Amino acid sequence: MELRSHLTVVLRVNGLVHQVPVDARTTLLDLLREHLELTGTKKGCNFGECGACTVHLNGRRVNGCLLLAASADGAEVTTIEGVAANGKLHPVQQAFIDHDAFQCGFCTPGQVMSAVALIREGHARSKVQIREWMSGNLCRCSSYSQIVSAVEAAATHAKED
Amino acid sequence: MDSFVYGRAAEIGEALADGIATNTVFLAGGTELLNWLRLGIAKPARVIDLMQLKGLADIVRLPGGGLRIGTLARLNDVALNDDVVRDYPVLSEAILKSASAQLRNLATIGGNPLQKTRCGYFRAEETLPCNKRKPGSGCSALNGINDKHAIFGWSEACVATQPSDPATALAVLDAIYVTAHRDGGRRIKAVDLHTLPGDTPHIENTLRHGELIVGVELAAAARHSAYLKLRERESYEYAIVSAAVALDLEGDRISRTRIALGSVAHKPWRLAQAERLLVGISASDSAVIRKALDASFGDAKPLMHNAYKITLAKNAAERAIRLAARASS
Repeated sequence: MELRSHLTVVLRVNGLVHQVPVDARTTLLDLLREHLELTGTKKGCNFGECGACTVHLNGRRVNGCLLLAASADGAEVTTIEGVAANGKLHPVQQAFIDHDAFQCGFCTPGQVMSAVALIREGHARSKVQIREWMSGNLCRCSSYSQIVSAVEAAATHAKED
Repeated sequence: MDSFVYGRAAEIGEALADGIATNTVFLAGGTELLNWLRLGIAKPARVIDLMQLKGLADIVRLPGGGLRIGTLARLNDVALNDDVVRDYPVLSEAILKSASAQLRNLATIGGNPLQKTRCGYFRAEETLPCNKRKPGSGCSALNGINDKHAIFGWSEACVATQPSDPATALAVLDAIYVTAHRDGGRRIKAVDLHTLPGDTPHIENTLRHGELIVGVELAAAARHSAYLKLRERESYEYAIVSAAVALDLEGDRISRTRIALGSVAHKPWRLAQAERLLVGISASDSAVIRKALDASFGDAKPLMHNAYKITLAKNAAERAIRLAARASS
């Protein structure tokens, strides 16, 4: 087995393929922020406790701080910069604005990424279920009730489409 | 984080051959290992990534009943698997009450039981006396803040608990951890995976260096089973106490009981005495159930701040028995 302290990771981020030389210790979160300058994904606790770094890895939500960039080699990654299409906000982003679902906004990219995935997973059937399946995203401003309303509204919107 | 070299195992033989080298660790979901690296709890020279290994994430039925879950199956995939939901509700519930949706998309069923204690002294960013972190340095929790710590099986050297919810469910199901090693694999009973702290709390399980859990096997279905987790907030929090129960019922009568408590000891804690006393009892006879549970707590020993966990654990077990009796799909 080839063991290396530095390697080149190839991954597709928001539709664009990147080849990134990294130290083996680099996390996916640091690759996105420091190497690709995609700073929408936030570094909160860097221990997998706050969810601010939530991104989609091959379509599933994960904590970007708990994954080595090397382990994401060959993967498809979507970040907050990749959810709006053709200059139009994603319905979840619009719902967060409509429901005033943030104050400082630091956790918002992670909340939105988590909510987009949660609706796709089918875990937005009730407020109780939304609260449970959004619990990995902390909001220190405590906008939780507005966040739950926004996710519920976006889920209804998604169903109507 | 100290520097290390990283490699991806293309097949299991390669992982086992290279995993035997000193100062080498296996990487699966990474949800624990990355934090150990950051805190300096682990300082490996070599990290072997297992996630490219083929065929180790499958969940398949065993001939003659039972289920085999590949070690790399992600926790959410196990919890939401139709066979697991129907036949082993205690495992599905335990997993869904673990961590968060994002973490469960990374964490694996083979890696989760190998997580380390949440003891704040052990995980401190500044190094504090802790026999797990530095053998011989003492135990800060023994006479410190120990309200969340062990009530069973602890030693003067360590009062930490094993927090894994899935491991507690697997202990109650009498699951088997199937392992592989360069010198030969084993079948380890779930109750025998973790060790008690004794004088060597830095040793947490019976795996040899370079030994890899490759799968988890479950025996016959346990439809009357349930998991109750008590914690300070309702979601995304570790247990203060948890209770896993699996019942075999004939009508209302219990023909077999299995009870395991989580977060009360250095390993999932089976209540063997209560399990024996409850055979032949009606599942709704709460007075007899209570008495049987009391008998199993004879060797419980509270620390300065956690005597409440004894009451809480008994109540949790009693409630989990009721939930298990009602469960079935």
